[in-house]
Parts: sequence; C-alpha cells; structure tokens
Amino acid sequence: MLTSSPAVVSVAALAARIKQGAKIVLPPDYSGCAMTVVAELMRRPVRDLHLVGAPVIGFQADQLIGAGCVARVEAAAITLGEHGLAPRFTAALKSGEIEMWDATCPAIHAGLQASEKGVPFMPMRGLIGSDLLRVRPDWKVIDNPLAENGTRDPIAIIPAIKPDVALFHAAKADRHGNVWIGIRRELMLMAHASKTTLVTVEEIVEDNLLHDPALAAGTIPSLYISGIAVVTKGAAPIGLADCYGADNAALAAYARAARTVDGFRSWLARHLDREIVTA
Amino acid sequence: MISQTLAPASTAEIMITAIAPMLEGLGHVAVGSQSPIPGSAALLAQARSNGQMRVSILGSRDQNPFTDGGRELFDCAGQGRIDAFFLSGGQIDGAANINLVGTGDIATYPQHKQRFPGSFGSAYLYFVVPRVILFREEHTRRTLVETVDFISAPGTSAPEVYRPGGPYALVTSRCVFGFDKQRARFTLQSLHPGVTVAEIVASTGFGFDQPAHVPETPAPDTAILGLLRGEIARSVADTYPEFARKTWGKV
Repeated sequence: MLTSSPAVVSVAALAARIKQGAKIVLPPDYSGCAMTVVAELMRRPVRDLHLVGAPVIGFQADQLIGAGCVARVEAAAITLGEHGLAPRFTAALKSGEIEMWDATCPAIHAGLQASEKGVPFMPMRGLIGSDLLRVRPDWKVIDNPLAENGTRDPIAIIPAIKPDVALFHAAKADRHGNVWIGIRRELMLMAHASKTTLVTVEEIVEDNLLHDPALAAGTIPSLYISGIAVVTKGAAPIGLADCYGADNAALAAYARAARTVDGFRSWLARHLDREIVTA
Repeated sequence: MISQTLAPASTAEIMITAIAPMLEGLGHVAVGSQSPIPGSAALLAQARSNGQMRVSILGSRDQNPFTDGGRELFDCAGQGRIDAFFLSGGQIDGAANINLVGTGDIATYPQHKQRFPGSFGSAYLYFVVPRVILFREEHTRRTLVETVDFISAPGTSAPEVYRPGGPYALVTSRCVFGFDKQRARFTLQSLHPGVTVAEIVASTGFGFDQPAHVPETPAPDTAILGLLRGEIARSVADTYPEFARKTWGKV
C-alpha cells in the first residue's frame, strides 16, 4: 500500500518532464488549465512544442506562442473567448513563426479516441468538400468498405493523435495518484490518449477516490497519471468550475498587453516574477 | 405586468424573434459556444413549445445535459439526436459556404490577411444536423461575400456524400434569407423593420433571389417582448451575462 504517492512532485519537476519538441495536448479554457506549469515552460523556455487543443485552446497557447515555446498548433480554434482573438497566435501565424494544423472539434476527438483505442485512425462523417482536407494532407477520404453493394460512400479518416504529454489542472487527487475530474471527461480522453499525463491539483485528499462510487466515475485512475503537483488556485486567472471563477480583469489585461510584442514581453516579465514570489 | 410603454424591439430582439419560429415543432435544439442570439431564440421557442422542446446550450449550467466531455455533442448529432444547430462565419457566401479560418488566398495558408479563430465543429455539424441556421449580425459585403476564401464547411455536397443536414436560413441584423439546397442559393425572405431591398442588395456581396413582394420580419408582440425581457433574459444571463446585460440591462 502506498502511503504517499511517489508521483507528487514540485511544479518545476513536473514542467521538467516536458521536453523540447514534445507533442502536448491541452484543454480548453473552461476545462482546467495548469497555468503554473505553463509559466515554468515559458521561464525555461522550452522550445518547439507541438500543441494540440482538445479541441480548442486559449490563453495557454497564446502565452506559450508569445514566449517562443511553440513550433506548431493543432486545434479546431484558438480564441480568448470574450476577450477576443488570440493576439500572439495571430501574429506568429502572420510572421510564419509557427505551423498551423487547422482542425474541427470532432476530428480532434476522433484522433484522440483512435489513440485511446490503439488503432491507427477513426472514420468521421462531414469534412468532404471542406478546405480543411486541403490543408490537412494527413486526413484522407476512403470509400466505406462496408457500404451496401453498388453504393459509393466516401468517408474521412483521421489518424490517431498520440501526444507525448497531457497537461491539465484538476480539483483533487488522492494519495494513490487517482485524479478527480468530475464531468470534464475530455480530460479523461486526453489522459487515455497520451503517453504521459501531468496534472496540477488544488489538493490531495486522504480517502481513495475510487472507493466512493459517486466520485469514481469522474476519476482518472493512477494507471494513466505520471506526475502530480499541488498548486492552490492552479488554474488562475482562467478559473476552475465549481472552485473559483475567472479573474476577468487579469485576463483582459493580458489580452490588452499581448497585442504587441513589447506589451507581451513586459507582461511575461511581470508574470514570471510574480510566479516566483508566490511559488 | 407588461406596461403600455414597452420600449420598441431592439435589433437583437428582432433577430431572436425571427429565429424562434424556425425551431417550432423540433424535439432537440442545440446551441454552441458564443451564440447568445441563437441561444435566446432557442429558449424562446422552448418557452412556447408547451414543454415539448429540449434545448442544450454548451457552456450553460442549467441547460447543458452532456456528461461525456466535449465529444458528446458531436456523437449525439452524428446519431441524428439533434434537430437544429446554429453556425456563423467570418465570411458566408451565396452558396452558404462558411469560412471560420481566415481571409486571403488559400495558397498562402496559414498566412491569412485576417485570421479568424478556427472552424470549431462546423465541418461536421453542418453535415449531420438537419436544420442549421446561419446567423451573422454584421450584414456587409465584408462578411456576406460572393465566394468565401476558405471553406470551413460547404453549403451543399455531391449526392454521394452522406449529408442529412445543412443550411436552412441565414439571419442577419437586416433581414432573413431562406436557403434552397437544390439550387444552392439564398432567397430574401423578410426585411427587418425599416430596411429596404435596395439596402440589402447594396450590403450583400452575393447574388440572391427575391420575390416580387418581400414581407417585413414580424416584430415581437408585447407577449413575446414580455417573455424575452423576463424569463428568457434571466435564463440567458446564466450563460451569457455580458450579452444579457447589454441587451436587457439588469436582469
């Protein structure tokens, strides 16, 4: 029996497991973002990340791009939501600094599901006639081999998306390394699909989450979890459902600052200083 | 009580009132993120459906039934469990193709003139949801173009492509267009109060059909305005607090 999980480490140690060039899947802003790990990655800074949004992505991507950590973005959308377009993302596309793999939400889900199942691809309806197929040569259209005799049924196939790392923030883990995500089951999909799953949590609880049937269904078993760090308010300023809301003043200040390279740089310097003080 | 001095309907309220009847009789209407006007229309249609309509609003606390993560809406739609959905576009063209990616020559992708956030679920939902209602407040030649620069999702498909769904109508701040799938073309269906056909022609980048007489989009009556400014406003504020505040003040 484990008395304390060997997987509980510092934020810096967690971030150190994300290597240059890693393919890293991140949740949308509404789902729990590990912002202190993102800050560590920018401090280093890690280079050449391939970001996968599951299926869309916001502040985390814009910040990492601004800090020069990103080579490629794969997502169905990149947006700061009510705070507008993602300015560093937009600028990096324009300058040719990053590569873009535009997607559509269910294609990201399908690719992660293929990885989760250990199969090479998933078929998917829609897409035919979309220019997404022109800019995504890795997506193919095949004839449904099971179609009724004599009928043609073209269908798109999406290759498995196999991230090196899934990274997110959740409300709690237990001493065994199980992580409770509640209704945010895209985090479960991300963990199943990825080689490594790194999580920050608000707290570590005493009781085994899998022993309570009300919690077990919303719990990622430690089987998939590679490392945990405890960070109070770890999803701030974006917010964590049922724990704390967004700090909209801070988010708006970021969106404003990030409109220019200089604005972003001074935001980043202030942000990393603050992170050291509070770490 | 509804007062005698009810303020006239705003543009948002006209658009909401124009969309709601398009949903009449449907069993399940879903609304994506960042869609407050369609969300309000769906809630209005639901309020008038005698409890027959289910409305699922992504991002809502009370109106979101999904428990299996981001994928569930799409799986649900793929099975035909969703009757209507709403899409918008940075550009929408005369064949109902929508562009949510960016402007400029596709040969220079991804270096767009103007980059939009991205396609979201459009390249899938446009195919599988039977009644997709397009909405775009800004009715200009910038947004309503002859041909989109990037097709996130096509308005129509070749006959061999599996496509139970597609565009039904386009609602803007100035008018309502209906869409004919066979001809892949919009028809001007109604003009919002005070708008002329000449204005629509001048502000629309694509060609469209028009009947000899184009009716006015019905403005909400006092009963509907009462509903919108009371029950619906409170419900919308749950998901879209900023929109509710702007449209209806303190709710």
